[in-house]
Amino acid sequence: MLDRIADPRGRRTPYGPPDAVERLAAALPGRMRDALPPVIRLGSPWPARVDVFLEDGVDEADVERWVPAASAAGSGGDGLEVAVRHGRIVGVRGRAGDRVGQGRLDPGERHGWQARAGRLTRPLVRDGDRLVETTWDDAMGRIVARSKELLARPGGWGRFGFHTGGRLFLEELYTLAVVGKAGIGTPHMDGDTRWHAATASAALAASFGSDGQPGTYADVDHCDALALWGHDAAAAHPVLWERMLDRRLGPAPPAMIAVDPRESPVTREADVHLAVRPGTNVALMNGLLHELIANGWYDAAYVDAHTLGFAELWRVVEAYPAKRAAEICAVPAGLVERAAEILGAAERLTSTVEGGFHRSNQATAAACQVNNLHLLRGMLGRPGGGVLQMGGPPSGRNALETGATGDLPGLRNWANAGHVRELARLWNVDTSAIPHWGPPSHAAQIFRYAEEGSIGLLWVCASDPVDAMPGLARVLAAEETFVVVQDLYLTETARVADVVLPAAAWGEKTGTVTGDDRTVHLCERAVDPPGEARPDLDILLDYARRMDLRDRQGGPLVGWAGPEQAFEAWKACSKGRPCDYTGITYDRLRGGGVQWPCTPGGSYGVERLYAGGRFATSAGRCQTYGHDLATGAEWGEERYTALAPGGRAFLLAADYEPSPEVAGDEYPLVLTTSRALRRFPTRLAPLGDRTREPVLEVHPGDAAALGIADGDLVRVESPLGALEARARLSGLRPGVVILPLGHADRGEAARAAAELTLTAWDPVSRQPLRTVAAVRVAKTAGAQEACPAAPALHGRLGAAGGEPGVTATARAPAEASERFEEV
Amino acid sequence: MHLAHYLGLLHRSQNELADAFRAVRRGHPREPDLHGVCERLAGQCSAHARRVEPFLRHYSDFAPEEPERLHAPLFAGARRGGFGLLRDLHDLYLLATVCDVSWGVVAQAAKGVRDEELLDVVRHCGPETTVHLRWLRTRIRQAAPQALVVVP
Repeated sequence: MLDRIADPRGRRTPYGPPDAVERLAAALPGRMRDALPPVIRLGSPWPARVDVFLEDGVDEADVERWVPAASAAGSGGDGLEVAVRHGRIVGVRGRAGDRVGQGRLDPGERHGWQARAGRLTRPLVRDGDRLVETTWDDAMGRIVARSKELLARPGGWGRFGFHTGGRLFLEELYTLAVVGKAGIGTPHMDGDTRWHAATASAALAASFGSDGQPGTYADVDHCDALALWGHDAAAAHPVLWERMLDRRLGPAPPAMIAVDPRESPVTREADVHLAVRPGTNVALMNGLLHELIANGWYDAAYVDAHTLGFAELWRVVEAYPAKRAAEICAVPAGLVERAAEILGAAERLTSTVEGGFHRSNQATAAACQVNNLHLLRGMLGRPGGGVLQMGGPPSGRNALETGATGDLPGLRNWANAGHVRELARLWNVDTSAIPHWGPPSHAAQIFRYAEEGSIGLLWVCASDPVDAMPGLARVLAAEETFVVVQDLYLTETARVADVVLPAAAWGEKTGTVTGDDRTVHLCERAVDPPGEARPDLDILLDYARRMDLRDRQGGPLVGWAGPEQAFEAWKACSKGRPCDYTGITYDRLRGGGVQWPCTPGGSYGVERLYAGGRFATSAGRCQTYGHDLATGAEWGEERYTALAPGGRAFLLAADYEPSPEVAGDEYPLVLTTSRALRRFPTRLAPLGDRTREPVLEVHPGDAAALGIADGDLVRVESPLGALEARARLSGLRPGVVILPLGHADRGEAARAAAELTLTAWDPVSRQPLRTVAAVRVAKTAGAQEACPAAPALHGRLGAAGGEPGVTATARAPAEASERFEEV
Repeated sequence: MHLAHYLGLLHRSQNELADAFRAVRRGHPREPDLHGVCERLAGQCSAHARRVEPFLRHYSDFAPEEPERLHAPLFAGARRGGFGLLRDLHDLYLLATVCDVSWGVVAQAAKGVRDEELLDVVRHCGPETTVHLRWLRTRIRQAAPQALVVVP
């Protein structure tokens, strides 16, 4: 109890679940809720707590204006207000009535809004090996000249690639989607969502027919059981975690299960912590599903009426009784049984799924098994029964919805000719203009085309892929690849660019952003961008104008001039799709966040998707015709229509398959990575101390076997590379070492971790899996000796040429676990 | 009876396909997505060949001389570049088709000789070969427009 009260995040506000009448009211559709008498509370019972983060020396009375916005930290998208004084942002505070955070702020916000040195204020262009300042006219002129030259060549559309990141608003992403998909006609559009949200999105579409979270954060209020699957909520979603913790401290707290190889505040809080061997999530899930079905703890009527694939699911999970699953996952069988009992007994089960599943072995398959669990128990579409497949920064949701990455706008299916015709009609262009002759390219494929030389212009908005991907700088620096970077700072990617465009940060431009539970917030311009920096929307509109992109009748293809008009254009595109925004206006958003889908009429969006077990799986509605979970092979329209899902969800089965990187004699330990609390993934600003010494968490048992003491300098080697780190004796499981990545996945530690582990992909979502690698660890220096200023970094070549003679390999994990289970 | 010859054709084709998947992975090391899947599919092909082997030995005792031109090579090593990858995948598709048709033919024959064990093998392996074909088709569709139209 003590440690929870000493929590650095702020005052606890324990609360209990809403009463039965309120729960009933929460289940009503929006229009009916409007008609309820005012005595029935419709909001969340979670007490408000307004956090205020202001610059030193400024208090609330000094603030001249409070401008509504949303948090860029985490993927929650909490509503907040930006404090302005003397034309400058001096802090932020939460919004009491906000449905996401009820006034709370992500600790990342403490520093997120502070102005930093080094903002770009003028466009830069390449002059030999340096970048020089220039005018907007010159910079845009160069981009347009290059674009026109490329378009004139055969297959011109295929010579453009776009990569986006977290700073863009919905309006900007949709504009980019129209420019890219209808103006230029390129299928090469992707972005940071591939690293953050691709598996969440793929799993939702695979099970339910379309992307979009079935549940909502308010399910935490109602639930009687809470399951966190590979989700270190305390680090990744601090505000959501506070909500969970407050329920746990209040009356009638929910039971709680956490699955995570690592120890964290979440796993310490949980009633059942399943510290599975990394990479074995599917085996665990199959074991849990086995227990549910074998004990009859599932809703047979729901399964019968609303799902497809039960027989095949049972055929697969029948082979995973708790005992076998427990053996594979290296956890006590009793714990698996206890978890199954909680899941089986829950009346309102809420699940959240994150990196521990989405970036691990069999990612999409494992995430789909959580969906299966909710389908088996009929725990969807009603208060407390919800699943949230969490992803990266909030605007990542918008990138996926608007078609600026991956699929077609409005969660449309590129393989559905009807969907392509809808877009062609909307944009008034020929269907042949819209790239639908093959699957959209994923990020790594786009960079591969750039490396091959078939992509001649790569436009990077608000992202720094060079920093994230070792070796990319060389590719982008090639003469043939013209790189445009649109950012706030001179990023690593900007350093190799041909044109750098200075952009506006949040608070300096207007637009909307959608959080993980489909809540749309309006962020308004509070201050002017510095120097000549421009809002991203203005830059993209300028490009469309200069490129003279036109529709079939010769009118301008992009017919809007500002954020609100762009939002209206997007609404028309979203109409009738699962992510219907047609009932949302800027005016309504000024009153607070609204969830999609929201059609005109009611004053609420739909809080929970799939009420009554009706899913987005009819052939005309679905976002995908489905993939083989093991290989990513597309099943195709014919098979899909033959299945005739007609609104039923898919129970997708998957056998457990060991990760290709299981520990063996040579590399006996398993390395996983974790992120520290104070991250800020939207990259509003370059954060993170690049020379911070990396730390490796080693289990005390393993450390004893290796002769490593707390604070020793150790060398970690995988078959792919090596790095040096300071050992910290902690860790939960013998045989597992953990490398915390620190701030926002940046810096040398993250890069080195990527070198060690970058091998696997999820075949369906194409999300890189970076959390597991077999490694060996050896002491290189004692605790007193200094660490090199920057961590020693050895790439693939370095490791191959390295002398392994000094390495004392750890003993085999099986032996270690027997000896040190109790440590 | 000629069943052994078709089992032989299948056995050899599966081994060739396994080698070809590995050769394509090695021949295109910079393609980000080939590594895991090719290795996995190659492993399945090798396993298929191993499972056919005992039946091949068994039915060889009843086989007449091998018919002419039973086997024709379809893949002769990985090519280079984006276009080369497309052609390689095309070859692999043809090779996988040989396996797919062979599984079908062997299934019919297994029914004819009332060999339930052989039929079980077909029931297990045949669908995996179907997935191989699906994956190759998917990857070919992904690669074709860029490789054919957008020349570096």
